[in-house]
Amino acid sequence: MTAMDLDRAWDLHPQVSVRPEPFGALLYHFGTRRLSFLKDRRLLAVVQALADAPTARAACLAAGLAEDELSRYGRALAVLAQSSMVVGRTS
Amino acid sequence: MTATPTSSRLVDLFEYGLDAPICLTWELTYACNLSCAHCLSSSGRRDPRELSTAKAKAVIDELEAMQVFYVNIGGGEPTVRPDFWELLDHATNHHVGVKFSTNGVRITRETAERLAGNDYVDVQVSLDGATADVNDAVRGPGSYATALRALEHLAAAGMRNFKISVVCTRHNIPQLDDFKALADRFGAQLRLTRLRPSGRGADVWDDLHPTAGQQRELYDWLLAHGDNVLTGDSFFHLAGYGQALPGLNLCGAGRVVCLIDPVGDVYACPFAIHEEFLAGNVRAPGGFSRVWRDSELFRRLRTPQHGGACASCAFYDTCKGGCMAAKFFTGLPLDGPDPECVQGHGEKLLTLRPVGGSGLPKPSGDHSHRTGAPVRDCVEDPLAGLRLTPKEENGAHG
Repeated sequence: MTAMDLDRAWDLHPQVSVRPEPFGALLYHFGTRRLSFLKDRRLLAVVQALADAPTARAACLAAGLAEDELSRYGRALAVLAQSSMVVGRTS
Repeated sequence: MTATPTSSRLVDLFEYGLDAPICLTWELTYACNLSCAHCLSSSGRRDPRELSTAKAKAVIDELEAMQVFYVNIGGGEPTVRPDFWELLDHATNHHVGVKFSTNGVRITRETAERLAGNDYVDVQVSLDGATADVNDAVRGPGSYATALRALEHLAAAGMRNFKISVVCTRHNIPQLDDFKALADRFGAQLRLTRLRPSGRGADVWDDLHPTAGQQRELYDWLLAHGDNVLTGDSFFHLAGYGQALPGLNLCGAGRVVCLIDPVGDVYACPFAIHEEFLAGNVRAPGGFSRVWRDSELFRRLRTPQHGGACASCAFYDTCKGGCMAAKFFTGLPLDGPDPECVQGHGEKLLTLRPVGGSGLPKPSGDHSHRTGAPVRDCVEDPLAGLRLTPKEENGAHG
């Protein structure tokens, strides 16, 4: 698996719906018809911050993560990018 | 559904239920042009109390507010509802995806093109035999030709990855490779599901359900094909062979799935249309969301279940005792083994039941065609047996 480039802009795929749940959130991709889970609420906050943040790193920090948590959350984002739930943003 | 949990034990959380279903089954009408021998909802004739167009749209709006990702629409044959296309558009315009099951009767070149142009629609064409003889013996004369014509229209319209949906029976298990070839031919995806003793399925289950040897054959075939063949997570009882199949491997009834029937009754799952599993009605105050969140039945289903007679079995952790509806309609205790338990525990119990099926629970409603089901061989009209009721559909009821 390729590592997540935390220093570029990312966003949720436009065909992905996010539904918060007590344990985190459910993600459904209408294009691939795949379901994924976010297993904690902080990852949900990161994902929700992506659209307005200049980089994924900024989104993580905006969601209240500490520097030493970045690699762990970066791996979670990479999994989401691999299944096209999260995609690179150019604007 | 294809699920990729980020933690394998996350599925445990699902046992406590979700704020809203992941997907739900919604049967739009009990009307059907066919009279399939194993129909899980005993469909045939429309029920005069079926939800009006306005009420159905209100339910869709509620699903949107609850962020239900998609609904599995079925019936009956949903496309014979005059407002079917209107409801489909209403759902997809309101961020509720639609996956609908059809026998293909209304899939013309025009409707296929309409479907291919909507990214939020998926179609499942039901086919229970890879050949006409095997299919039509269960689904009725001409039904194979109808389904094949629909598949051709969908493929020609450029629809990709629509589904061919097969209920596995004793007679079609030998055709698994043929089904796969058929799906590949149309650029479709194969979906195999389990025959349940629900609805009219109870009458034919003893004769149609796969033999023990066929279950093993099916399990090996599914393992070999992995994610490429969908199962609607319906074979989790086969996990008792060892390795779990892809999917959630848990009974989702009232936890992640449920059923809304044509009159608005909400049941724990599509295979459990019986008052024992009736949670409420969408017309009651608070609508569907109150039923989902507050029904006493659903709350009970979301508490940890105990293995009962299965607790001491080494495989209980993988098969979780199997399918609730299969146990219920074959008269087996809900906290014991599945009738098709791969360790053979269910089979033993089935032989101990009273002969003649006396005392077996009957489904809540029967909308079967009154005039000799299945439809006679000589009737070739694809709508044979369908009793169309005049335009009450949008009337005052509901």
